[in-house]
Amino acid sequence: MLQKEIQREYYNKFVELVVEIAKWLGMYNSLPAIWWFIIASIVAALFFFFIIAVFALIAIYVERKVSGHVQDRLGPMETGWHGILQTLADTIKLFLKEDIIPAAVDRKLFILAPVIVFMTSLAVFVVFPFSEKFVVTELNIGILYVVAISTVVVPGIIMAGWSSNNKWSLFGAMRSAAQIVSYEIPVGLSIVCAVMAAGDLSMQGIVVKQAGGFWNWFIFSNPFTFVAFFIYFLASLAEVNRMPFDIPEAESELVAGYMTEYSGIRWAFFFLAEYGNMLAVSIIAVTLFLGGWQAPFPALEFIPGWLWFLCKTLFLVFVQIWMRWTLPRLRVDQLMYICWKVLTPFAFVCIFGGGLWQVLIK
Amino acid sequence: MQRYFLNIYIGIKTILIGMFITLKHMFTKSVTVQYPHKKLDIPERCRNLLLNKIEDCIGCYQCARACPVYCITMETIKAFEGENLGLTSDGSKKRLWIPVFDIDMAKCCYCGLCTYPCPTKCLIMTDKYEYSTYKRDNLIFHFTNVDAVKAAELREKDHIRKMEKEK
Ligand code: SF4
Ligand code: SF4
Repeated sequence: MLQKEIQREYYNKFVELVVEIAKWLGMYNSLPAIWWFIIASIVAALFFFFIIAVFALIAIYVERKVSGHVQDRLGPMETGWHGILQTLADTIKLFLKEDIIPAAVDRKLFILAPVIVFMTSLAVFVVFPFSEKFVVTELNIGILYVVAISTVVVPGIIMAGWSSNNKWSLFGAMRSAAQIVSYEIPVGLSIVCAVMAAGDLSMQGIVVKQAGGFWNWFIFSNPFTFVAFFIYFLASLAEVNRMPFDIPEAESELVAGYMTEYSGIRWAFFFLAEYGNMLAVSIIAVTLFLGGWQAPFPALEFIPGWLWFLCKTLFLVFVQIWMRWTLPRLRVDQLMYICWKVLTPFAFVCIFGGGLWQVLIK
Repeated sequence: MQRYFLNIYIGIKTILIGMFITLKHMFTKSVTVQYPHKKLDIPERCRNLLLNKIEDCIGCYQCARACPVYCITMETIKAFEGENLGLTSDGSKKRLWIPVFDIDMAKCCYCGLCTYPCPTKCLIMTDKYEYSTYKRDNLIFHFTNVDAVKAAELREKDHIRKMEKEK
Protein backbone atom coordinates (compact mmCIF):
# COMPACT_ATOMS: atom_id res chain seq x y z
CA MET A 1 0.00 0.00 0.00
CA LEU A 2 2.78 2.32 0.95
CA GLN A 3 4.36 1.58 -2.36
CA LYS A 4 1.16 2.43 -4.23
CA GLU A 5 0.99 5.74 -2.43
CA ILE A 6 4.52 6.57 -3.33
CA GLN A 7 3.87 5.64 -6.90
CA ARG A 8 0.88 7.87 -7.15
CA GLU A 9 2.60 10.69 -5.43
CA TYR A 10 5.90 10.65 -7.21
CA TYR A 11 5.10 9.20 -10.57
CA ASN A 12 6.91 11.29 -13.14
CA LYS A 13 7.69 13.71 -10.41
CA PHE A 14 10.49 15.24 -12.36
CA VAL A 15 8.33 16.11 -15.36
CA GLU A 16 5.78 17.64 -13.04
CA LEU A 17 8.45 19.71 -11.42
CA VAL A 18 9.56 21.10 -14.76
CA VAL A 19 5.96 21.82 -15.74
CA GLU A 20 5.46 23.55 -12.43
CA ILE A 21 8.46 25.78 -13.01
CA ALA A 22 7.27 26.53 -16.53
CA LYS A 23 3.87 27.52 -15.22
CA TRP A 24 5.42 29.68 -12.60
CA LEU A 25 7.43 31.45 -15.28
CA GLY A 26 4.28 31.86 -17.34
CA MET A 27 5.71 29.93 -20.24
CA TYR A 28 3.67 26.77 -20.04
CA ASN A 29 1.12 27.70 -22.71
CA SER A 30 3.69 28.79 -25.25
CA LEU A 31 4.60 25.18 -26.08
CA PRO A 32 2.55 21.99 -26.51
CA ALA A 33 2.61 19.70 -23.48
CA ILE A 34 4.75 17.08 -25.17
CA TRP A 35 7.55 19.62 -25.44
CA TRP A 36 7.62 20.03 -21.71
CA PHE A 37 8.06 16.31 -21.42
CA ILE A 38 11.00 16.45 -23.80
CA ILE A 39 12.52 19.40 -21.99
CA ALA A 40 12.14 17.60 -18.68
CA SER A 41 13.89 14.57 -20.16
CA ILE A 42 16.76 16.71 -21.39
CA VAL A 43 17.09 18.39 -18.03
CA ALA A 44 17.12 14.99 -16.33
CA ALA A 45 19.77 13.72 -18.74
CA LEU A 46 21.95 16.76 -18.11
CA PHE A 47 21.46 16.35 -14.41
CA PHE A 48 22.64 12.74 -14.47
CA PHE A 49 25.47 13.66 -16.77
CA PHE A 50 26.51 16.18 -14.18
CA ILE A 51 26.21 13.58 -11.42
CA ILE A 52 28.29 11.05 -13.32
CA ALA A 53 30.91 13.64 -14.19
CA VAL A 54 31.24 14.84 -10.63
CA PHE A 55 31.25 11.29 -9.36
CA ALA A 56 33.95 10.35 -11.85
CA LEU A 57 36.05 13.32 -10.77
CA ILE A 58 35.82 12.28 -7.15
CA ALA A 59 36.05 8.55 -7.75
CA ILE A 60 39.17 8.83 -9.88
CA TYR A 61 40.79 10.92 -7.20
CA VAL A 62 39.76 8.47 -4.49
CA GLU A 63 40.89 5.56 -6.62
CA ARG A 64 44.32 7.06 -7.06
CA LYS A 65 44.58 7.91 -3.40
CA VAL A 66 43.43 4.46 -2.29
CA SER A 67 45.73 2.73 -4.73
CA GLY A 68 48.55 4.88 -3.48
CA HIS A 69 47.97 4.12 0.15
CA VAL A 70 47.42 0.43 -0.48
CA GLN A 71 50.88 0.38 -1.99
CA ASP A 72 52.30 2.56 0.78
CA ARG A 73 52.55 5.54 -1.53
CA LEU A 74 50.80 8.87 -1.23
CA GLY A 75 49.03 9.23 -4.56
CA PRO A 76 48.60 12.66 -6.13
CA MET A 77 49.88 15.37 -3.81
CA GLU A 78 50.77 18.42 -5.88
CA THR A 79 47.67 19.94 -7.46
CA GLY A 80 45.73 21.62 -4.72
CA TRP A 81 45.54 20.40 -1.16
CA HIS A 82 46.71 16.76 -1.19
CA GLY A 83 46.23 16.70 -4.96
CA ILE A 84 42.51 17.32 -4.73
CA LEU A 85 42.41 19.17 -8.05
CA GLN A 86 44.42 16.56 -9.90
CA THR A 87 41.49 14.95 -11.73
CA LEU A 88 40.15 18.37 -12.65
CA ALA A 89 43.49 19.23 -14.20
CA ASP A 90 43.53 15.89 -16.02
CA THR A 91 40.03 16.52 -17.34
CA ILE A 92 41.01 19.91 -18.69
CA LYS A 93 44.01 18.30 -20.31
CA LEU A 94 41.75 15.67 -21.90
CA PHE A 95 39.45 18.33 -23.32
CA LEU A 96 42.36 20.18 -24.82
CA LYS A 97 43.76 17.06 -26.47
CA GLU A 98 43.66 16.64 -30.19
CA ASP A 99 40.74 14.49 -31.25
CA ILE A 100 42.37 11.87 -33.41
CA ILE A 101 40.36 9.61 -35.69
CA PRO A 102 42.83 7.19 -37.26
CA ALA A 103 42.70 6.94 -41.05
CA ALA A 104 41.90 3.23 -41.15
CA VAL A 105 38.90 3.24 -38.85
CA ASP A 106 35.29 2.90 -39.84
CA ARG A 107 34.44 6.52 -39.17
CA LYS A 108 30.72 6.32 -38.49
CA LEU A 109 30.88 3.40 -36.10
CA PHE A 110 33.99 4.80 -34.47
CA ILE A 111 32.19 8.02 -33.64
CA LEU A 112 28.96 6.31 -32.66
CA ALA A 113 30.46 3.73 -30.28
CA PRO A 114 31.36 5.98 -27.32
CA VAL A 115 27.97 7.67 -27.61
CA ILE A 116 26.14 4.35 -27.28
CA VAL A 117 28.32 3.15 -24.45
CA PHE A 118 27.90 6.35 -22.51
CA MET A 119 24.19 6.62 -23.27
CA THR A 120 23.44 3.22 -21.79
CA SER A 121 25.33 4.00 -18.64
CA LEU A 122 23.40 7.27 -18.39
CA ALA A 123 20.01 5.78 -19.22
CA VAL A 124 19.84 3.42 -16.25
CA PHE A 125 19.97 6.31 -13.83
CA VAL A 126 16.41 7.47 -14.46
CA VAL A 127 14.83 4.70 -12.41
CA PHE A 128 17.10 4.84 -9.38
CA PRO A 129 15.38 6.05 -6.24
CA PHE A 130 17.86 8.49 -4.73
CA SER A 131 15.60 9.26 -1.81
CA GLU A 132 11.98 8.82 -0.79
CA LYS A 133 11.08 11.77 -3.01
CA PHE A 134 13.61 11.90 -5.76
CA VAL A 135 13.25 9.41 -8.56
CA VAL A 136 12.98 10.67 -12.10
CA THR A 137 10.61 8.03 -13.45
CA GLU A 138 8.91 5.57 -11.19
CA LEU A 139 8.71 2.64 -13.61
CA ASN A 140 6.82 -0.31 -12.23
CA ILE A 141 9.29 -2.62 -13.98
CA GLY A 142 12.29 -0.52 -12.98
CA ILE A 143 14.79 -3.27 -12.33
CA LEU A 144 13.87 -5.09 -15.54
CA TYR A 145 14.51 -1.86 -17.39
CA VAL A 146 17.93 -1.57 -15.76
CA VAL A 147 18.91 -5.09 -16.73
CA ALA A 148 17.65 -4.61 -20.26
CA ILE A 149 19.31 -1.27 -20.86
CA SER A 150 22.65 -2.20 -19.38
CA THR A 151 22.96 -4.98 -21.96
CA VAL A 152 22.81 -2.46 -24.80
CA VAL A 153 26.38 -1.58 -23.93
CA VAL A 154 27.56 -4.73 -25.73
CA PRO A 155 26.83 -3.51 -29.27
CA GLY A 156 28.56 -0.26 -28.39
CA ILE A 157 31.69 -2.06 -27.26
CA ILE A 158 31.70 -4.40 -30.25
CA MET A 159 31.30 -1.35 -32.49
CA ALA A 160 34.27 0.31 -30.85
CA GLY A 161 36.38 -2.80 -31.25
CA TRP A 162 35.38 -3.57 -34.78
CA SER A 163 35.54 -0.06 -36.16
CA SER A 164 38.96 0.60 -34.64
CA ASN A 165 40.48 -1.84 -37.12
CA ASN A 166 43.03 -2.89 -34.57
CA LYS A 167 43.75 -6.34 -33.23
CA TRP A 168 43.82 -5.29 -29.61
CA SER A 169 40.57 -3.42 -29.90
CA LEU A 170 38.89 -6.37 -31.52
CA PHE A 171 40.17 -8.82 -28.94
CA GLY A 172 39.17 -6.49 -26.14
CA ALA A 173 35.72 -6.01 -27.58
CA MET A 174 35.21 -9.73 -28.07
CA ARG A 175 36.31 -10.53 -24.57
CA SER A 176 34.22 -7.76 -23.17
CA ALA A 177 31.13 -8.88 -25.01
CA ALA A 178 31.63 -12.48 -23.96
CA GLN A 179 32.15 -11.42 -20.40
CA ILE A 180 29.18 -9.11 -20.22
CA VAL A 181 26.85 -11.61 -21.83
CA SER A 182 27.93 -14.41 -19.49
CA TYR A 183 27.82 -12.32 -16.38
CA GLU A 184 24.39 -10.99 -17.20
CA ILE A 185 23.11 -14.39 -16.11
CA PRO A 186 24.31 -14.48 -12.48
CA VAL A 187 23.47 -10.78 -12.24
CA GLY A 188 19.97 -11.42 -13.48
CA LEU A 189 19.49 -14.44 -11.25
CA SER A 190 20.69 -12.71 -8.13
CA ILE A 191 18.44 -9.77 -8.94
CA VAL A 192 15.56 -12.22 -9.19
CA CYS A 193 16.34 -13.30 -5.62
CA ALA A 194 15.84 -9.77 -4.36
CA VAL A 195 12.81 -9.24 -6.54
CA MET A 196 11.25 -12.41 -5.16
CA ALA A 197 11.89 -11.26 -1.64
CA ALA A 198 10.27 -7.92 -2.42
CA GLY A 199 7.52 -9.19 -4.66
CA ASP A 200 7.96 -6.07 -6.73
CA LEU A 201 9.87 -4.97 -9.81
CA SER A 202 9.79 -1.25 -9.15
CA MET A 203 12.97 0.09 -7.64
CA GLN A 204 11.16 2.40 -5.25
CA GLY A 205 8.85 -0.45 -4.29
CA ILE A 206 11.81 -2.70 -3.50
CA VAL A 207 13.29 -0.03 -1.26
CA VAL A 208 10.02 0.59 0.52
CA LYS A 209 9.76 -3.13 1.29
CA GLN A 210 13.02 -2.92 3.21
CA ALA A 211 11.86 -0.25 5.65
CA GLY A 212 12.44 -0.39 9.39
CA GLY A 213 16.02 -1.17 10.29
CA PHE A 214 18.86 -3.04 8.74
CA TRP A 215 17.52 -6.47 9.69
CA ASN A 216 14.78 -5.88 7.14
CA TRP A 217 17.23 -5.22 4.35
CA PHE A 218 17.19 -8.04 1.90
CA ILE A 219 20.83 -8.89 2.48
CA PHE A 220 19.98 -9.84 6.07
CA SER A 221 16.40 -10.95 5.66
CA ASN A 222 17.28 -14.53 4.72
CA PRO A 223 20.49 -16.53 4.10
CA PHE A 224 19.81 -16.96 0.40
CA THR A 225 19.57 -13.27 -0.37
CA PHE A 226 22.72 -12.83 1.69
CA VAL A 227 24.58 -15.07 -0.72
CA ALA A 228 22.77 -13.47 -3.64
CA PHE A 229 24.15 -10.10 -2.66
CA PHE A 230 27.71 -11.33 -2.98
CA ILE A 231 26.92 -13.08 -6.22
CA TYR A 232 25.47 -9.86 -7.53
CA PHE A 233 28.43 -7.84 -6.34
CA LEU A 234 31.02 -10.13 -7.93
CA ALA A 235 29.11 -10.55 -11.16
CA SER A 236 28.49 -6.83 -11.46
CA LEU A 237 32.20 -6.20 -11.05
CA ALA A 238 32.72 -8.44 -14.05
CA GLU A 239 29.95 -6.70 -15.92
CA VAL A 240 31.53 -3.31 -15.59
CA ASN A 241 34.94 -4.73 -16.47
CA ARG A 242 36.58 -3.82 -13.23
CA MET A 243 39.48 -5.52 -11.59
CA PRO A 244 39.85 -8.41 -10.99
CA PHE A 245 37.69 -8.98 -14.07
CA ASP A 246 39.22 -6.33 -16.30
CA ILE A 247 40.32 -8.83 -18.90
CA PRO A 248 38.87 -6.78 -21.79
CA GLU A 249 41.19 -3.92 -20.94
CA ALA A 250 44.10 -5.95 -19.66
CA GLU A 251 46.83 -3.36 -20.11
CA SER A 252 49.64 -5.84 -20.16
CA GLU A 253 48.23 -7.85 -23.06
CA LEU A 254 45.75 -5.64 -24.89
CA VAL A 255 47.06 -2.09 -24.39
CA ALA A 256 43.62 -0.71 -23.53
CA GLY A 257 41.24 -3.20 -25.11
CA TYR A 258 38.47 -1.68 -27.17
CA MET A 259 39.55 1.86 -26.25
CA THR A 260 43.01 1.52 -27.73
CA GLU A 261 42.43 3.77 -30.72
CA TYR A 262 40.44 6.40 -28.88
CA SER A 263 41.85 9.62 -27.60
CA GLY A 264 40.78 12.92 -26.20
CA ILE A 265 37.12 13.55 -25.59
CA ARG A 266 35.88 10.26 -27.08
CA TRP A 267 38.12 8.33 -24.79
CA ALA A 268 36.87 10.47 -21.93
CA PHE A 269 33.35 9.31 -22.71
CA PHE A 270 34.37 5.68 -22.41
CA PHE A 271 36.05 6.47 -19.16
CA LEU A 272 33.04 8.37 -17.91
CA ALA A 273 30.81 5.47 -18.89
CA GLU A 274 33.03 3.13 -16.94
CA TYR A 275 32.73 5.20 -13.80
CA GLY A 276 29.04 5.72 -14.46
CA ASN A 277 28.61 1.95 -14.59
CA MET A 278 30.58 1.59 -11.41
CA LEU A 279 28.19 3.99 -9.72
CA ALA A 280 25.17 2.33 -11.32
CA VAL A 281 25.99 -1.20 -10.14
CA SER A 282 26.67 0.11 -6.65
CA ILE A 283 23.33 1.88 -6.67
CA ILE A 284 21.57 -1.28 -7.84
CA ALA A 285 23.25 -3.32 -5.12
CA VAL A 286 22.30 -0.75 -2.52
CA THR A 287 18.74 -0.53 -3.75
CA LEU A 288 18.15 -4.26 -4.00
CA PHE A 289 20.01 -5.56 -1.00
CA LEU A 290 21.08 -2.77 1.30
CA GLY A 291 17.84 -0.96 1.78
CA GLY A 292 18.35 1.94 -0.63
CA TRP A 293 17.75 5.20 1.16
CA GLN A 294 16.43 3.52 4.33
CA ALA A 295 18.21 4.24 7.57
CA PRO A 296 19.84 1.24 9.28
CA PHE A 297 17.96 1.93 12.51
CA PRO A 298 14.48 3.37 12.80
CA ALA A 299 15.86 5.82 15.33
CA LEU A 300 18.14 7.31 12.68
CA GLU A 301 15.38 8.12 10.26
CA PHE A 302 15.66 11.85 10.90
CA ILE A 303 18.79 11.83 8.74
CA PRO A 304 17.61 12.45 5.17
CA GLY A 305 17.33 9.40 2.93
CA TRP A 306 19.62 10.63 0.21
CA LEU A 307 22.44 10.88 2.72
CA TRP A 308 22.07 7.23 3.68
CA PHE A 309 21.82 6.37 0.04
CA LEU A 310 24.98 8.30 -0.73
CA CYS A 311 26.91 6.73 2.14
CA LYS A 312 25.97 3.19 1.19
CA THR A 313 26.67 3.72 -2.48
CA LEU A 314 30.01 5.34 -1.89
CA PHE A 315 30.94 2.59 0.52
CA LEU A 316 30.29 -0.01 -2.16
CA VAL A 317 32.28 2.05 -4.64
CA PHE A 318 35.09 2.10 -2.11
CA VAL A 319 34.90 -1.67 -1.76
CA GLN A 320 35.15 -1.97 -5.52
CA ILE A 321 38.25 0.17 -5.55
CA TRP A 322 39.66 -1.70 -2.61
CA MET A 323 39.13 -5.05 -4.35
CA ARG A 324 40.71 -3.70 -7.48
CA TRP A 325 43.95 -3.00 -5.70
CA THR A 326 43.91 -6.30 -3.84
CA LEU A 327 43.25 -8.95 -6.42
CA PRO A 328 45.25 -9.78 -9.53
CA ARG A 329 43.56 -10.15 -12.89
CA LEU A 330 41.92 -13.46 -13.71
CA ARG A 331 42.60 -15.58 -16.74
CA VAL A 332 39.85 -15.89 -19.33
CA ASP A 333 39.13 -19.52 -18.47
CA GLN A 334 39.09 -18.74 -14.75
CA LEU A 335 36.65 -15.94 -15.46
CA MET A 336 34.32 -18.26 -17.31
CA TYR A 337 34.74 -20.90 -14.63
CA ILE A 338 33.63 -18.48 -11.95
CA CYS A 339 30.67 -17.34 -13.96
CA TRP A 340 29.29 -20.63 -15.23
CA LYS A 341 30.40 -23.11 -12.64
CA VAL A 342 30.27 -21.11 -9.44
CA LEU A 343 28.09 -18.02 -9.59
CA THR A 344 25.33 -19.36 -11.83
CA PRO A 345 24.61 -22.60 -9.92
CA PHE A 346 24.82 -20.76 -6.63
CA ALA A 347 22.42 -18.14 -7.92
CA PHE A 348 19.97 -20.88 -8.92
CA VAL A 349 20.22 -22.38 -5.45
CA CYS A 350 19.58 -18.94 -4.02
CA ILE A 351 16.48 -18.46 -6.12
CA PHE A 352 15.17 -21.86 -5.16
CA GLY A 353 16.01 -21.50 -1.47
CA GLY A 354 14.78 -17.93 -1.39
CA GLY A 355 11.49 -19.02 -2.90
CA LEU A 356 11.08 -21.80 -0.39
CA TRP A 357 11.95 -19.45 2.43
CA GLN A 358 9.37 -16.99 1.16
CA VAL A 359 6.71 -19.69 1.09
CA LEU A 360 7.56 -21.67 4.23
CA ILE A 361 8.97 -19.20 6.73
CA LYS A 362 7.17 -15.98 5.93
CA MET B 1 32.47 -32.26 -5.59
CA GLN B 2 34.48 -31.91 -2.43
CA ARG B 3 37.25 -30.22 -4.35
CA TYR B 4 34.76 -27.84 -5.89
CA PHE B 5 33.53 -26.60 -2.54
CA LEU B 6 37.02 -26.57 -1.10
CA ASN B 7 38.07 -24.45 -4.04
CA ILE B 8 35.31 -21.96 -3.39
CA TYR B 9 36.11 -21.89 0.30
CA ILE B 10 39.78 -21.26 -0.36
CA GLY B 11 38.89 -18.60 -2.92
CA ILE B 12 36.73 -16.68 -0.49
CA LYS B 13 39.20 -17.09 2.34
CA THR B 14 42.16 -15.86 0.35
CA ILE B 15 40.21 -12.90 -0.99
CA LEU B 16 39.33 -11.90 2.55
CA ILE B 17 42.92 -12.33 3.70
CA GLY B 18 44.15 -10.25 0.78
CA MET B 19 41.63 -7.53 1.40
CA PHE B 20 42.54 -7.42 5.04
CA ILE B 21 46.20 -7.00 4.15
CA THR B 22 45.50 -4.15 1.74
CA LEU B 23 43.28 -2.53 4.34
CA LYS B 24 46.12 -2.68 6.81
CA HIS B 25 48.47 -1.09 4.32
CA MET B 26 45.98 1.67 3.64
CA PHE B 27 46.62 2.91 7.15
CA THR B 28 50.34 2.36 7.43
CA LYS B 29 52.60 5.31 6.91
CA SER B 30 53.63 5.67 3.31
CA VAL B 31 57.25 5.59 2.34
CA THR B 32 57.07 8.34 -0.26
CA VAL B 33 59.49 11.24 0.05
CA GLN B 34 57.89 14.38 -1.33
CA TYR B 35 60.88 15.00 -3.50
CA PRO B 36 61.12 18.62 -4.54
CA HIS B 37 59.93 19.72 -1.12
CA LYS B 38 61.91 17.27 0.90
CA LYS B 39 65.21 15.81 -0.16
CA LEU B 40 67.04 12.85 1.16
CA ASP B 41 70.67 13.33 2.07
CA ILE B 42 72.75 11.77 -0.63
CA PRO B 43 75.74 9.58 0.17
CA GLU B 44 79.02 11.31 0.74
CA ARG B 45 80.98 9.77 -2.10
CA CYS B 46 78.35 9.73 -4.82
CA ARG B 47 79.01 11.19 -8.24
CA ASN B 48 77.00 14.12 -9.49
CA LEU B 49 77.83 17.49 -10.94
CA LEU B 50 81.55 18.17 -11.33
CA LEU B 51 83.06 21.29 -9.88
CA ASN B 52 86.45 22.74 -10.53
CA LYS B 53 87.67 25.05 -7.83
CA ILE B 54 89.46 27.07 -10.45
CA GLU B 55 91.56 29.11 -8.03
CA ASP B 56 93.35 25.88 -7.09
CA CYS B 57 93.69 24.52 -10.62
CA ILE B 58 97.20 24.52 -12.03
CA GLY B 59 96.13 23.67 -15.54
CA CYS B 60 98.04 20.39 -15.71
CA TYR B 61 95.67 18.64 -18.15
CA GLN B 62 95.65 15.47 -16.04
CA CYS B 63 91.89 15.47 -15.81
CA ALA B 64 91.28 16.13 -19.48
CA ARG B 65 93.56 13.25 -20.37
CA ALA B 66 91.97 10.88 -17.89
CA CYS B 67 88.47 11.45 -19.16
CA PRO B 68 87.37 8.50 -21.29
CA VAL B 69 84.83 10.53 -23.26
CA TYR B 70 86.83 13.73 -23.67
CA CYS B 71 84.32 16.01 -22.13
CA ILE B 72 86.81 18.37 -20.53
CA THR B 73 88.04 21.07 -22.90
CA MET B 74 90.94 23.18 -21.72
CA GLU B 75 93.11 25.96 -22.99
CA THR B 76 96.11 27.16 -21.06
CA ILE B 77 98.50 30.02 -21.61
CA LYS B 78 101.83 30.22 -19.87
CA ALA B 79 102.18 33.13 -17.53
CA PHE B 80 104.19 36.06 -18.92
CA GLU B 81 107.34 37.39 -17.41
CA GLY B 82 106.79 39.29 -14.23
CA GLU B 83 103.30 37.92 -13.71
CA ASN B 84 102.61 36.21 -10.42
CA LEU B 85 99.52 34.02 -10.53
CA GLY B 86 99.76 33.17 -6.87
CA LEU B 87 99.69 29.84 -5.06
CA THR B 88 97.05 27.17 -4.74
CA SER B 89 95.71 26.34 -1.34
CA ASP B 90 98.16 23.46 -0.99
CA GLY B 91 101.08 25.71 -1.85
CA SER B 92 101.87 24.78 -5.44
CA LYS B 93 102.76 27.65 -7.70
CA LYS B 94 100.35 28.44 -10.51
CA ARG B 95 102.17 28.89 -13.78
CA LEU B 96 99.38 28.90 -16.32
CA TRP B 97 96.45 31.08 -17.20
CA ILE B 98 93.37 28.97 -17.90
CA PRO B 99 91.15 30.94 -20.28
CA VAL B 100 89.01 27.88 -21.05
CA PHE B 101 88.00 25.08 -18.75
CA ASP B 102 84.72 23.57 -19.96
CA ILE B 103 83.14 20.37 -18.76
CA ASP B 104 80.38 19.05 -20.98
CA MET B 105 78.09 17.31 -18.53
CA ALA B 106 75.95 16.08 -21.40
CA LYS B 107 78.79 13.78 -22.38
CA CYS B 108 80.00 12.96 -18.91
CA CYS B 109 79.42 9.41 -17.80
CA TYR B 110 80.08 10.13 -14.14
CA CYS B 111 82.97 7.71 -13.95
CA GLY B 112 84.92 10.04 -11.70
CA LEU B 113 88.21 9.21 -13.41
CA CYS B 114 89.03 12.88 -13.84
CA THR B 115 88.95 13.57 -10.13
CA TYR B 116 91.60 11.04 -9.11
CA PRO B 117 94.66 12.38 -10.94
CA CYS B 118 94.11 16.01 -10.04
CA PRO B 119 97.26 16.99 -8.13
CA THR B 120 95.68 19.80 -6.19
CA LYS B 121 92.36 18.04 -5.52
CA CYS B 122 90.49 20.91 -7.09
CA LEU B 123 88.30 18.92 -9.47
CA ILE B 124 85.64 17.29 -7.34
CA MET B 125 82.25 15.68 -7.53
CA THR B 126 79.64 17.74 -5.71
CA ASP B 127 76.29 16.68 -4.26
CA LYS B 128 74.36 18.74 -6.81
CA TYR B 129 72.19 16.63 -9.09
CA GLU B 130 69.49 19.01 -10.30
CA TYR B 131 70.83 20.79 -13.33
CA SER B 132 68.53 19.76 -16.15
CA THR B 133 67.92 22.51 -18.69
CA TYR B 134 66.10 23.06 -21.92
CA LYS B 135 69.23 23.64 -23.96
CA ARG B 136 72.06 21.22 -24.37
CA ASP B 137 74.53 24.08 -24.38
CA ASN B 138 73.57 24.85 -20.83
CA LEU B 139 75.06 21.55 -19.81
CA ILE B 140 78.54 22.80 -20.66
CA PHE B 141 79.84 24.17 -17.43
CA HIS B 142 82.46 26.89 -17.73
CA PHE B 143 85.07 27.21 -15.04
CA THR B 144 87.57 29.93 -15.59
CA ASN B 145 88.86 32.87 -13.64
CA VAL B 146 89.75 34.79 -16.78
CA ASP B 147 87.04 36.88 -18.34
CA ALA B 148 86.53 37.10 -22.10
CA VAL B 149 88.32 40.45 -22.55
CA LYS B 150 91.28 39.33 -20.54
CA ALA B 151 91.35 36.00 -22.40
CA ALA B 152 91.50 37.75 -25.78
CA GLU B 153 94.28 39.95 -24.49
CA LEU B 154 96.20 36.96 -23.21
CA ARG B 155 95.83 35.12 -26.51
CA GLU B 156 97.08 38.17 -28.35
CA LYS B 157 100.11 38.47 -26.09
CA ASP B 158 100.77 34.75 -26.38
CA HIS B 159 100.63 34.98 -30.14
CA ILE B 160 103.11 37.84 -30.15
CA ARG B 161 105.39 35.87 -27.82
CA LYS B 162 105.29 32.87 -30.15
CA MET B 163 106.05 35.01 -33.16
CA GLU B 164 109.01 36.53 -31.35
CA LYS B 165 110.32 33.09 -30.43
CA GLU B 166 110.12 31.92 -34.00
CA LYS B 167 112.19 34.85 -35.20
S1 SF4 C 1 83.53 11.93 -14.54
FE1 SF4 C 1 84.43 10.65 -16.12
S2 SF4 C 1 83.34 11.24 -17.97
FE2 SF4 C 1 82.87 12.81 -16.46
S3 SF4 C 1 84.40 14.39 -16.85
FE3 SF4 C 1 85.24 13.05 -15.30
S4 SF4 C 1 86.47 11.56 -16.41
FE4 SF4 C 1 85.12 12.56 -17.89
S1 SF4 D 1 93.88 17.80 -12.97
FE1 SF4 D 1 93.17 19.31 -11.50
S2 SF4 D 1 94.78 20.83 -11.53
FE2 SF4 D 1 95.07 19.59 -13.34
S3 SF4 D 1 93.99 20.72 -14.92
FE3 SF4 D 1 92.54 19.20 -14.08
S4 SF4 D 1 91.49 20.32 -12.51
FE4 SF4 D 1 93.25 21.53 -12.98
